[in-house]
Amino acid sequence: MNIKIKLMATAVLASYQLSHAASLPTDVVNGNLDNRHSVVALTHATVHLNANQTLENATLVLQNDRIISIKSNGSVPDHAVQTDYSGMHIYPGFIHLDTSVGLPELPAKAPFKWGGPETINSTIDGAYNSNEAIKAAYDAAKDFKLDEKSNAKFRAAGFTTALSYRKDGIMRGTSLLTHLADQTEAQNIINSQAAQHLSFDKGSSKQNYPISLMGTVALIRQTWLDAAWYKQQNEMLDFDLAAVNNHRSLPKIIETNNWAQVLLAAKISNEFNTEFTVKTAADAYKNLTAVSQTKQTLIVPLNATKAPAINDELDHWNIDYTDLKEWEVAPFNTALLEQQGVEFALLPDESPQGLDTFLKDLRSAHQHGLSEKTIINALTTVPAKVLNNPDLGSLKAGKYANFIVTTGPLLNEHSQIAETWVAGKNHAVKGLPLLQNGHYQLTAQDASYQFNLSHEKGQPKASAADQDDEHKYSIKLDGNFVTLAVKGASQDESFFGVLQDQQLTALDQADWQLKRLGEVVNNEQGTQGEEQKALPSIPKPFSAYGLHEVDSNDTVLIKNATVWTNELDGILSNTDVYVSNGQIKQIGTQLSVAKNVREIDATGMHLTSGIIDEHTHIALLSVNDIAVNSSMVRMEDAINPHDINIYRNLAGGVTAAQLLHGSANPIGGQSALIKLKWGVDKPEDLLIDGADGYIKFALGENVKRSSNPESIRYPLTRMGVEQVYRDAFTQAKAYERAWQDYNKLSSSAKKKTTAPRKDLAMEATLEVINQDRFVSCHSYVQSEINMLMHVADDFGFNINTFTHILEGYKLADKMQAHGVGGSTFADWWAYKWEVNYAIPYNAALMHDAGVVTAINSDSAEMSRRLNQEAAKTIKFGGLSEQDAWKLVTLNPAKLLHLDDRMGSIKTGKDADLVLWSDNPLSIYAKAEKTMVDGIIYYDRSQQAAIEAEITNEKNRLIELSKNSPDKKSAFKSKPSKSFECDSITGFHHIDQHLFHGAAQ
Amino acid sequence: MKNSVKLLTAVTGLVFGFNVTALPPAPNDQKPVEKVFINANLHVGNGKVLNNAQLAIADGVIKRAGHYKMAYTGDEIDLQGQHIYPGFILTNTNLGLAEIDAVKATVDTHETGQLNPNIRSLVAYNTDSERIPTMRYNGILLAQTTPSGGLISGTSSVVQLDAWNWEDAVVKADDGMHINWPAQWAKRFDYSTFTMQLKQDEKYAEKVNQIKQLFADAKADNQNTNIKLQAVKPVLNGQAKVYIHAENPKSIIESIQYFQSIRINDLVLVTDQAVGQVIDFIKTAGIPVIVTGVHDLPSQNDVSVDAAFTLPARLQKAGILTALSYPGSMSSRNLAFTAGTAAAYGVDPNQALSMITLNAAKILGIDKDYGSLEVGKSATFFISEGDALDMRGNLIKAAYIDGRSIELHGRQQQLNERYQQKYQQD
Repeated sequence: MNIKIKLMATAVLASYQLSHAASLPTDVVNGNLDNRHSVVALTHATVHLNANQTLENATLVLQNDRIISIKSNGSVPDHAVQTDYSGMHIYPGFIHLDTSVGLPELPAKAPFKWGGPETINSTIDGAYNSNEAIKAAYDAAKDFKLDEKSNAKFRAAGFTTALSYRKDGIMRGTSLLTHLADQTEAQNIINSQAAQHLSFDKGSSKQNYPISLMGTVALIRQTWLDAAWYKQQNEMLDFDLAAVNNHRSLPKIIETNNWAQVLLAAKISNEFNTEFTVKTAADAYKNLTAVSQTKQTLIVPLNATKAPAINDELDHWNIDYTDLKEWEVAPFNTALLEQQGVEFALLPDESPQGLDTFLKDLRSAHQHGLSEKTIINALTTVPAKVLNNPDLGSLKAGKYANFIVTTGPLLNEHSQIAETWVAGKNHAVKGLPLLQNGHYQLTAQDASYQFNLSHEKGQPKASAADQDDEHKYSIKLDGNFVTLAVKGASQDESFFGVLQDQQLTALDQADWQLKRLGEVVNNEQGTQGEEQKALPSIPKPFSAYGLHEVDSNDTVLIKNATVWTNELDGILSNTDVYVSNGQIKQIGTQLSVAKNVREIDATGMHLTSGIIDEHTHIALLSVNDIAVNSSMVRMEDAINPHDINIYRNLAGGVTAAQLLHGSANPIGGQSALIKLKWGVDKPEDLLIDGADGYIKFALGENVKRSSNPESIRYPLTRMGVEQVYRDAFTQAKAYERAWQDYNKLSSSAKKKTTAPRKDLAMEATLEVINQDRFVSCHSYVQSEINMLMHVADDFGFNINTFTHILEGYKLADKMQAHGVGGSTFADWWAYKWEVNYAIPYNAALMHDAGVVTAINSDSAEMSRRLNQEAAKTIKFGGLSEQDAWKLVTLNPAKLLHLDDRMGSIKTGKDADLVLWSDNPLSIYAKAEKTMVDGIIYYDRSQQAAIEAEITNEKNRLIELSKNSPDKKSAFKSKPSKSFECDSITGFHHIDQHLFHGAAQ
Repeated sequence: MKNSVKLLTAVTGLVFGFNVTALPPAPNDQKPVEKVFINANLHVGNGKVLNNAQLAIADGVIKRAGHYKMAYTGDEIDLQGQHIYPGFILTNTNLGLAEIDAVKATVDTHETGQLNPNIRSLVAYNTDSERIPTMRYNGILLAQTTPSGGLISGTSSVVQLDAWNWEDAVVKADDGMHINWPAQWAKRFDYSTFTMQLKQDEKYAEKVNQIKQLFADAKADNQNTNIKLQAVKPVLNGQAKVYIHAENPKSIIESIQYFQSIRINDLVLVTDQAVGQVIDFIKTAGIPVIVTGVHDLPSQNDVSVDAAFTLPARLQKAGILTALSYPGSMSSRNLAFTAGTAAAYGVDPNQALSMITLNAAKILGIDKDYGSLEVGKSATFFISEGDALDMRGNLIKAAYIDGRSIELHGRQQQLNERYQQKYQQD
């Protein structure tokens, strides 16, 4: 195989003018050895050594694959093959950090599968990692084959060097660094293990776990922990863990699909005290502050976005504001990153045409504010630094002779790449121009003309040099034969000549002479296409409701409200509440506070503490993973602070929520407890400081995968569910003992002993037993509820909350005795068998039996109307209005251990308050103002203005799109996802189908 | 308040006694009662409220509704300011066709195939569905049981909710054919990217053509051997309505224009927020609208957070005859509260009530007998302690269908009492 390829390569290479295929010392030569080591000198060029230094009239000398010298006005060494590069610009060759050049096609991505038998284990044979998305041992260099066609495409765009890796799996193994020359693999490969690669995409893995973003994060963390453990153990072999250890010192490059993953990459690397270079999806502009604060070096594709196609006004329905805004702001992405001081490398647009349009896209980025200096750095020095390779990235004696020759400054509209030199070999792209650009004088016997010669799209173009010159000039080439025509008012003249070494001469030199006077004289008033584009406004969050800026004032006096205290005081009429610095400071009548404090007249309105949703899946990027014990996954890794449902929930009076993992597994993931602060940058800005840790458990039909008749996953019955818990807790206790035993050892004994394997799932499970983490358990029927209380009792801990708990009414007495709360639906039932005996009296029955009872949503829609859901307990069960109201405020605060700060209106508590137009339990009540920590995030009185602003802005963008010459894309408007317990996809009817095989 | 509860217990509870089995309540076979309620607030259903009014029923119909000087013969029951409403009407529901959504064996909503004009929901309507008593408990006394799926799902029928069997239940058999008009651009789930994406339906024209061809062939047919074509004929003859289900502005326009072009004018549009884009068109076309979801999220991220809540008000302001529905049936007992929400967001509360009573009856073509408390109409109504559109006031003490007092106490109430008793004993 090798021989065949080399033969082919040699045959092709023989035809190149200067590049000459040297054979390898170990090669067998068929014929006579023809290795040359010529010294090559390129003279009179403008050489850009790097983004900061340029030498005019310089001579670049090279030999073999290296630069010998670069000097201004330099002398040419003897015996050099020299070529005049007058008028040419030479730049360091570009380095591409994200290719799979020369690698085999990717294995097919496994189609998403929710039905059918599960794939619980890896399907890969051999001593590889037990998760098949971990392919750390993959060594791309061993699969690498010369791909001349691709190399030529890269070179045409200015790339001389590429990092090549296989884009498959979460840990993708190592990449190789290659010259993009047409020479053998052996000569091209600069570094066979240049970097290690990761991603958040499991690629072709057929194994079910992980199916979620937080599962992917957990897998990366666990694998790195496993690698540390692997070093000291000798009970097993794992090529992938060994590779993780062996490649520790290589640069780590992680591919991300969106800005949220860029933040996650930083979170993971900080935990493990390392750093990633992060390949982005070119969407940093959607959360610029958070992305830039990670201080990671980024790899950023250019993005040639298309304008949404809009045929008529009914199409507006198909286009979301965000799609339009993306199209407007995306071209500024790199300029914005530059402004923030983010270090980044550039890539071509990721469409199949990206390489073809690369120079054009670079110029567009420049017009959108990205500086030339940053562009050059981003293609040369930054990637060289990422790869830690001192021989690349700039032009300097001793470095690789990798550079591009352009016919003018790189970012000029008409400049072209003439040649791309790789490893000292010249690969022609457009070729050197036959005639140099410049200001020329033609002298004939009785006339003299001055004109500019330039090139457009590779074709020479002549034009008058002086504005007042009315002659029309044209130039026509046929091979090396040239006709220069001058059209005048009185007469037309034509001059015929021949080209030799960029000199045009008449056949009879006496007829006329042409002399280059210097560079092109600019006679135009302002050149086209050079104008800088103005940066448009950027909403925050990047959605329509981000246009409106939140007023961060957190001090306010609310006057004359009907105050539902949720305390012994009950409901106080005509009462003032003073909020200062986000806290409730004073409650009373006729309160007097400093003059400058903002006042809200709440006459006729009701003030309550904010609604707390014990069970929701808003503000999340994914919900369910699938490992039976998924306790290692953390919902905080999948928070989306930009979810529009945060704003919508504020409009329904919700101020805090527990973001729960889904219900696919007996032991689900760790919850995130958030306050609904619309407009924050970072996911962690939503988290409630100091909140206790929670975890989702689940029982019944979902965990036994009832909707999938082919399921093989243990457990398939409620009997098996119990044993999952007993096993997990037994193992967690054993795990605890193993560590205790190990930690008791003396330091010298520790050195001789293998430490137990750190297991993230066991750690979280142990936290549950030790009451460091509290359980909120999805549950429906009485038998399973009873079971879990017994299991918890046997392991010495308490279940904190049963959520859903639709048959809680059947054993409310036992729940009360166990000390567990119930967070339920007001009236849901009949959607599956296990809820057939659900009754709307459930909340009241549990409440009356002394169970701390809440009503939750598990729905991004219903969470906006939790006040109505609470009111149903008046109809079903006859609760008092004050008790009903506590079901969605104080009681969930208790269940979440937040009642010392939230859930009632009491001096010293957080000012998470809602002002209602009416009794909050009334169907006619609307949240007028919703504040979190004293800041008003939703204000109904401003809605008309906000909606008008959105409409105006959308209409402006629609006009802009209609009038844009850009290519148009098909509609893509995506509705926001809204997750529920049963969510995999986040789209209700799809999830219904996946979970229940039927639509509701 | 206590008094009135007692009073009502006397009216209803004693007739049957509390049902102690976990079976659905038995239908009441007794003859229609003769009764007079006084001192009641009559929510007529036509936009009016009559305070301190009187309602008299006999022979299954309303004999008096309003203010009368003379006493009506019979026992006078003093409602002491309680409220009487016409029975709520749940349109476009799978009530009686679906029992447990996730258990396929219990679901009869969706026949296989694209063109099912001859499918009839009535024959699958299960009068013993456990869902029915939960509807009645919240005031829903009539329903349009409706098939779904395919391009043409079949025909619906209107039923009353206290019956031994479907023959007994039927109020209007085969009232209309349900057509799901496709959309050129529709949101579809893309498993490869795991996102919902707006995708062009390459088969849009073909699908529309299938519908049109069926109507054209039915019109031309004189062989009477094709039961699908036969099933279309009542629609062509104006004996049954066409319910167009369309959730895309362009589909709405195209479908209505098509049916009007073939002179089918008895049309009803069943839709969601999409109709907000074409309100003027609907107004001009003169088509009534059933809104499928008021308690819905906004259809797009850039529209008003209240977009679904305000839709009924926008339709009503344009003068469009509007009824509200509630998707599926498991939670459809909340129909009244969607009317309450409509009222909170701009519809006059009495007009909001019409959207689940008289407007619905007009749309279904049963307004001669149902939908309002007017003399001569069926005595199908309920008595509520408070505002029945509000969760706190929707406390229904008695209900009548065609003058027969019906049992409100269902399994859910029985289970409640069973466990209340258990905990009291403990």
